[in-house]
Amino acid sequence: MLNPDSVGRTFEGAESVTVSQSEIDAFCAVLSENNTTVAPPTFSIRITLEQSQEILSNPEIGLDWSRVVHGDQRFDIKRPIVAGDTFKCSSTIENYKVAAGNEIVTVRSDLHSEGQLVVSTWSTLVVRA
Amino acid sequence: MIQVGTILEEKIFYVDRAILKAYADASGDQNPIHQNEEFALSVGLPNVIAHGMLTMALAGKFVTDWAGGSVAVKEFSARFVKPVIVPADQKVDLTVSGVVSEVDGERIKIDISATSAGVKVLGMSKAVVVK
Repeated sequence: MLNPDSVGRTFEGAESVTVSQSEIDAFCAVLSENNTTVAPPTFSIRITLEQSQEILSNPEIGLDWSRVVHGDQRFDIKRPIVAGDTFKCSSTIENYKVAAGNEIVTVRSDLHSEGQLVVSTWSTLVVRA
Repeated sequence: MIQVGTILEEKIFYVDRAILKAYADASGDQNPIHQNEEFALSVGLPNVIAHGMLTMALAGKFVTDWAGGSVAVKEFSARFVKPVIVPADQKVDLTVSGVVSEVDGERIKIDISATSAGVKVLGMSKAVVVK
């Protein structure tokens, strides 16, 4: 079970992450997107998934990542991501509830580059009973 | 002219195991339920399933093709209601369609539908674009 004290807390990613052109190229290739000058709208999941996984796996928080199913996802995009962006990621556990034995956790992640907010994402994760 | 009710022409994407592998590498999501049939069956799934985020990324491609590129998208959301099931050596469809549900100045809201094998896979999926 998630530690209720972690709800509402914000966790800072340990390291900043720099986006390379080859990462954008690989993501575009999957989608047959020919314009690789900017990243596709869902690209930021590559950064936020790993960061939120790291944060939520912290024993202090107590999420059982092996039983997680992705419930829903939302992106608020201030500007497209481009190669060379260096992001600091902060994740906040915005909401937590238990329904029919399943834990439902909403995590917001903000990606900042040079102090500017570029993308906010909300992931709802369901930890199956 | 774009107005409420304007239809975005349906598009069919095809999903196979190769694209799941490519997406796993591109996204960093190497969960074996998206690549390993034996593992997927062992956790009670009917077969290997596509990443929900791949389904969403393809729905995003549908939107950006219509809106004039990745730069157009300001908001994008979806609920993963059912998985896209991807048996070995098959290409399964992801059929995406959309309709304009709101026009507010230059911001256009699109309601997106996505099905695979006739089953709805994304729910409540919406995008806001500036075209």
